[in-house]
Amino acid sequence: MKEILADIENWQQAGKQVALATVVEVYGSAPRPLGAKLAVSEDGAMVGSVSGGCVESATLQEALEVLSSGKPRLVSYGIADETAWEVGLACGGTIEVFIEPLDW
Amino acid sequence: MAELFNAVVQAIRQDELCAIVTVLSGDEIGRKMLVRRRRGPDERGPNLATVGSLGNAALEHGAAVHAAEAMEARRANRVSVTVEDRELDLLIDVHVPQETLVIVGAVHIAIPLVTFARELGLHTVVIDARPIFATQDRFDHADELIRSWPEDALREMTLNESTYVVTLTHDEKLDTPALIYALDHPAGYIGALGSKRTHAKRVAVLREAGVSDEQIDRIHAPIGLDLGGRGPEEIALSIIAEIVQVRNNRKEVGA
Repeated sequence: MKEILADIENWQQAGKQVALATVVEVYGSAPRPLGAKLAVSEDGAMVGSVSGGCVESATLQEALEVLSSGKPRLVSYGIADETAWEVGLACGGTIEVFIEPLDW
Repeated sequence: MAELFNAVVQAIRQDELCAIVTVLSGDEIGRKMLVRRRRGPDERGPNLATVGSLGNAALEHGAAVHAAEAMEARRANRVSVTVEDRELDLLIDVHVPQETLVIVGAVHIAIPLVTFARELGLHTVVIDARPIFATQDRFDHADELIRSWPEDALREMTLNESTYVVTLTHDEKLDTPALIYALDHPAGYIGALGSKRTHAKRVAVLREAGVSDEQIDRIHAPIGLDLGGRGPEEIALSIIAEIVQVRNNRKEVGA
């Protein structure tokens, strides 16, 4: 969390909405541990990571939708997922990511 | 709004051990609470203070118990809590402060001690005012090498429960003021090199300086676990082993 705070504060000071994505479950091997975070600004800038780069762009899309709906959501990525071809994790693990508007 | 985030930012910037609870399911989805190990107006049990609300007192109580455990273990955790026949998923995210080993005395033992400490993920700071000891050549592997009087250098730092201080100079003029300063702060470990006899003399000096017996008892001396070793590497190993033992048996802070 520490390494993404400065960017989040800058975005907020510029009046931008921010979404926060957090790894909330890890099955098997995964590149980033429980609690790993990616923050997304309303104009699509990113800081931090929830994987080794495999699912960041998919998470970015979800985050933008979360910002427009204002509702948090839980998303699962991994080889067992039907979207595996698009956004599967190279390491073969599965992760669950919680994406929320940073409005608290 | 923003009050919780500001509290989280403040706790993390101060590098304080804390937990951030997020509800992942049910009607309370997205609700969050910061749990800190401090006394505050909104107490949830011994030494816990919270900011934010999960919207349900029973849920908050369960979350605080899990948060205390996760802080103790220093690891994030995913848990479920049953509230009024509903099972709710929670993420307990933990901010773990950076652990720092402050070595007073750029002596031979300090060289392998820095190596071992770094291997265990500690930030390493070596302090010595004596230029022939505190050379970049000898301590290129340390995160910080500070050439000044130990007490002056310590005053510039934050000594909290994640800071471990060892004095190794063999020179009481350097060690004793550093110890007095460290004892006045909640450092997680304080150890002083020297035989039992040296330590007995040191205790007398500390008492004279007005340090209480309770504070003096915090000093690990003779320093290190008794591994029967004599060489600098073996002594360094015994010191780091003792620090690991202390941090793993850590008691509730402020209890």
